[in-house]
Amino acid sequence: MSTHLDGNMLGGALGELFTVDITAATGRCAFCGTVSAIAQTHVYTDAPGVVARCPGCSGVMLRLARGPGRAWLDLSGITCLQLALPNGP
Amino acid sequence: MAGTAVLGRLTWRVSTVTSVRDETATARTIALNVPGWPGHRAGQHVDVRLTAADGYSAERSYSIASAPGGDEIELTVQRLADGEVSPYLAQVLAAGDLLELRGPIGGWFVWEPAPAPVLLIAGGSGVVPLMAMIRTRVAAGTGAPFRLVYSVRGPDDALYAAELAERQGADNGLHVAYVYTRSTPPGWPEPPRRIGAAALTTAGWTPDRSPAVFVCGPTGFVETAANLLVSAGHDPRMIKTERFGPSGGQS
Repeated sequence: MSTHLDGNMLGGALGELFTVDITAATGRCAFCGTVSAIAQTHVYTDAPGVVARCPGCSGVMLRLARGPGRAWLDLSGITCLQLALPNGP
Repeated sequence: MAGTAVLGRLTWRVSTVTSVRDETATARTIALNVPGWPGHRAGQHVDVRLTAADGYSAERSYSIASAPGGDEIELTVQRLADGEVSPYLAQVLAAGDLLELRGPIGGWFVWEPAPAPVLLIAGGSGVVPLMAMIRTRVAAGTGAPFRLVYSVRGPDDALYAAELAERQGADNGLHVAYVYTRSTPPGWPEPPRRIGAAALTTAGWTPDRSPAVFVCGPTGFVETAANLLVSAGHDPRMIKTERFGPSGGQS
């Protein structure tokens, strides 16, 4: 398996899609239930898109592919995201 | 609270290089003016995009080295011999040039000024975002004691060596310890070695102080350091890590 990076590097690409920072959100892995910050996922970039895997079980939590004028985001490996809302009550 | 809330989606901005300065034989700091920069937090990064005349473009992430301050930010770029982006940034780019970037990026690998002790562990150019924390520390005025354990190949590879030495004397509460992996300064008391439990125990905070820990470096370094910290009894929830590497990362 190739060397992985981590979910910190997803901030720019996800920031194109969302107005809150998703890398600081925690996500529950759909395969093993581990809850981790998206920044802590293990990210592999040697694919047409980027693949973020659970640091606990290596299950695929997130896939993101970007094309001209289009993005594909697969979050089927995350059952719940918890986000801090900076200006919320 | 400047920069703590990014209220819109990230978009690309055009910045202007105001100056460049060499940090080592292979690393350079690039000072940029970014009109409308919303501010940033220590530890955040930017994505830089280079576009060729034929439309081919390449993006890389680079940590912000400077403390927040107006429209100015500084990046420090380590040139990789086989890199696609870093040789241009570290050798060709000059004052007056334009550079496309987006940011600030990242809300997790961030030091929020607080009084708790902070342990910083850097491998090579992984020191860059940690330097932003060190530079932010004094302005923040929290009095948080900082310890930096900085692993470098040899003395000539250390980024910010002069500033760190000066700050260690002038910034009350900053302690810096080096780990040399290939060559040591003359008279260094031990042979070159990789980071180990002993270095983290003697130069870092012990777990009973509950330090906030930030580890940044190449993937292998980060995994090793994080495992050592957990073995030493540090709470994994207190350890924040950022890995970089040649593929899509900081090359």
